[in-house]
Amino acid sequence: MSRVHVTCTINGDPAEFLCDGGQTLLDALRDEVGLTGAKEGCGTGDCGACSVVMDGRLLCSCLVLAPEAEGTTISTVEGMASGDDLHPLQQCFLEGAALQCGVCTPGFLVAARALLDRNPDPDETEIRYGLAGNLCRCTGYDKIVRAVQAAATEITAINES
Amino acid sequence: MTVTEPKPSYKYVGTRPVRHDGLEKVTGRARFAADLNMSGQIHGIVVRSPHAHARIVSIDTSEAEAMPGVKAVITGDDFPAVEPGHRQYDMCINVIARDKVFYEGHALAAVAASTRDQAQAAAAAVKVTYEVLPAVLTIEAAMAPDAPVLHAHMMTAGADPPAEQPSNISNVTRFSSGELDSGFAQADLVIEREFTTQPVHQGYIEPHACVADTGQDGHTTIWCSSQGHFSVRSSTATLLGWENTRIRVIPAEIGGGFGGKTTIYLEPLAVALSAKAGRPVKMVMTRDEVFRATGPAPGTKLRIKLGAKSDGSLVAGDAYLIYTNGAYTGSGGLLGAMTVFESYKIPNFEIEALDVVINTARSAAYRAPAAPLTAFAMETMLDEIATDLGIDPIDLRIQNAVTEGDPSTMGFPFARIGFVECLEAVRDHPNYKAPLGPNQGRGVAAGYWFNIGESSSATVNLNEDGTATVVTGSPDIGGSRASMALMAAEELGIDVHDIRPVVGDTEAVGFTDTTEGSRATFATGMAVVEACRRMVVELRGRAAKMMGVDIDDVDWVDGQAVYTGSDDEKAPLSVAEITAKAKRTGGPLTATGSLEAHGAGPGFAVHVCDLEVDPETGVVRVVRYTASQDAGTAIHPSYVEGQIHGGVAQGIGWALNEEYIYDSDGVMENPSFLDYRVPVASDLPMIDAIIVEVPNPAHPYGVRGVGETGIVPPIPAVANAIHSATGCRIRDLPMSPVRVLGAITSNGGSNGA
Repeated sequence: MSRVHVTCTINGDPAEFLCDGGQTLLDALRDEVGLTGAKEGCGTGDCGACSVVMDGRLLCSCLVLAPEAEGTTISTVEGMASGDDLHPLQQCFLEGAALQCGVCTPGFLVAARALLDRNPDPDETEIRYGLAGNLCRCTGYDKIVRAVQAAATEITAINES
Repeated sequence: MTVTEPKPSYKYVGTRPVRHDGLEKVTGRARFAADLNMSGQIHGIVVRSPHAHARIVSIDTSEAEAMPGVKAVITGDDFPAVEPGHRQYDMCINVIARDKVFYEGHALAAVAASTRDQAQAAAAAVKVTYEVLPAVLTIEAAMAPDAPVLHAHMMTAGADPPAEQPSNISNVTRFSSGELDSGFAQADLVIEREFTTQPVHQGYIEPHACVADTGQDGHTTIWCSSQGHFSVRSSTATLLGWENTRIRVIPAEIGGGFGGKTTIYLEPLAVALSAKAGRPVKMVMTRDEVFRATGPAPGTKLRIKLGAKSDGSLVAGDAYLIYTNGAYTGSGGLLGAMTVFESYKIPNFEIEALDVVINTARSAAYRAPAAPLTAFAMETMLDEIATDLGIDPIDLRIQNAVTEGDPSTMGFPFARIGFVECLEAVRDHPNYKAPLGPNQGRGVAAGYWFNIGESSSATVNLNEDGTATVVTGSPDIGGSRASMALMAAEELGIDVHDIRPVVGDTEAVGFTDTTEGSRATFATGMAVVEACRRMVVELRGRAAKMMGVDIDDVDWVDGQAVYTGSDDEKAPLSVAEITAKAKRTGGPLTATGSLEAHGAGPGFAVHVCDLEVDPETGVVRVVRYTASQDAGTAIHPSYVEGQIHGGVAQGIGWALNEEYIYDSDGVMENPSFLDYRVPVASDLPMIDAIIVEVPNPAHPYGVRGVGETGIVPPIPAVANAIHSATGCRIRDLPMSPVRVLGAITSNGGSNGA
């Protein structure tokens, strides 16, 4: 079976890769592009560890076929920081100890950024429901929710200054 | 909020620096096991049994071997034979079946091919002929007189009189004290209750994964995520019949374990495939495999009888505990027996605990193994006693709580512990008096875990610029690098961010036992402190040389060598000044600490759960949660809180939703995160963690393990809160909507109030 050539934009840079027709976007990102930040926790769209944003839409990359990425714009956890400057969510996760083992963290960060892009000032309930597609087994979500609240405040302050 | 005894003031211990491995973990750069790829790597897939119980008549691998891309196929015949009585017999025949498969998902062969798809296709082409045997799926079925016996050699250990016939009861544990009949004769109130619980999974988000590369020299390197790479080395060597030292294990970052990664599944298969193929072999489990073939915590049937005087004092306890550890011998019964009455002064008790084998996956440790279930029984019965006698549930527990000097179940006196302090911290917290709304209830429960010490090693290397590298053998599951660095900073007087904590592989650091029993910050922390104290002696000696004085006249103060003699004043020397001259004073500065840690302080916790029950659907929503826990000394309070939060969340999931569901043939019906429902963010409230600090006298900073205790109280706290909200006592897990609704609608008080 010949492989499919895909051209897209990943984290702001033009990218191209070859994939099998049945390969998931997650596997293509990890195995063909070399971006291993997105993780496979379940392969069935239940845990959110593989979260990426494609054309503005948050999705589980394990549920997307890699050829569907043709012509799209994709952002992953690897694209969140600008050079040495961490995204406020990354900084708040660090300062707020919002990670333990860290394997779900890339998915949470991507999902949280998508949430704040949609709703810059979410209340606790909106954060909890906004992140309900991401499983964390270590933290009980307490410090994750607080870190997202802190980042929302910081982003608002940055935008207003 | 922190409740503490007076203790020394520390500069670094007790602060909350950003963890050293944090940057890699928020940028996606941290390398977990499945993120690793080796040059020339091929992919391994496990062939698993579709039957819960069957004899393997034959395995034909010829077709699979001829398929495109296939480089190696292995079966049990590729490993040395093991006989019953072998020290790790169960582990060996669990990793790869020999003549029988004991559960659906049991590994019996493995295939390696150039691509994962090719390996999957070849795995499906392995032809196995089975003689299907009747599956034993429940404790009752396993103990029935005519039950099919899983293991023909299984004679009940600890049976009195000794077992004469093989059975499915692997062992019996008994503890007793005092005189049971006279104890119950003193009681004004006697209650006896039965409980059932189902297996649950640890639910770590990272599936098991490894890469093994076996060279032509017969040595192999394994990269994997585990809770203990030295144990991966020895267990893998045992399965292969190799010397340990032929194997080097390099720890990847670990994506959660909770006890489930204290054993092995894939590594020996990957090594054997790699040896046969002459290529590095990568193996990654799917979530389906993780559920079917790894680690559930045991299911149980528990029966407890308690006697109390009218003033609330407990006088007698009788416990009959049955644990099923899946298809093999387990320690659930022993640990249940050690924990069921441990927290309370009960002068007269008898405990009998059985471990029973059934045709389900081999259980693995899960956070305070066995204790959440004995707590479910014990703590809900205490709630009943408190209600019946009209005593506040916290006061009842304070009245009966063990304190320093009281004997444990096994007769050893407790050292200084913080149980009463945890009870008082919750009682005095405003949440305990917060008003409840309609259909809401409040439940209190306590929990205990004994914690362990074991072997740990650490090496401290001072770098040329005066910074330090601290190498230990404990994988960092939840922030332990930061706690090692904090203790080293305190000892050396170096800023915590000038210390680089590293998890060393099996050839880079001294032997270190698995991260289990909440031991890393306790025991490995002790090794770090020991290494640092040796380093300080060395630094004082080097400084004395530089100053031209006697070492006894040099003290180590705030990270500097300070001259204390009576000669002319000499300028203090910093670490950087000493390391800069190291070549002239004796060479590189390095020190090690290796020890067998004793005195792991028991950890106690007390939780208060406020929840709301929807009377129309039986759905339970936790609305407020308060958890106190004695950490001894919190080295990094944020990660102590994190351990408490995590234990609470897992316990709430165990209480309300989680269970293994099998069909009548023993096939798991819910092997996905869709059908096996762990709590998500919208299921939980904020969790108010109260760190109680009653220092452990056996640790230089007073540390007690904190990883496990937090999962012990939530199940009974939830059950007691449901009773408070509805009047119903539910004694079977999970307390799912259908069960809660059934209890509400049956008589407004199922199983008796």
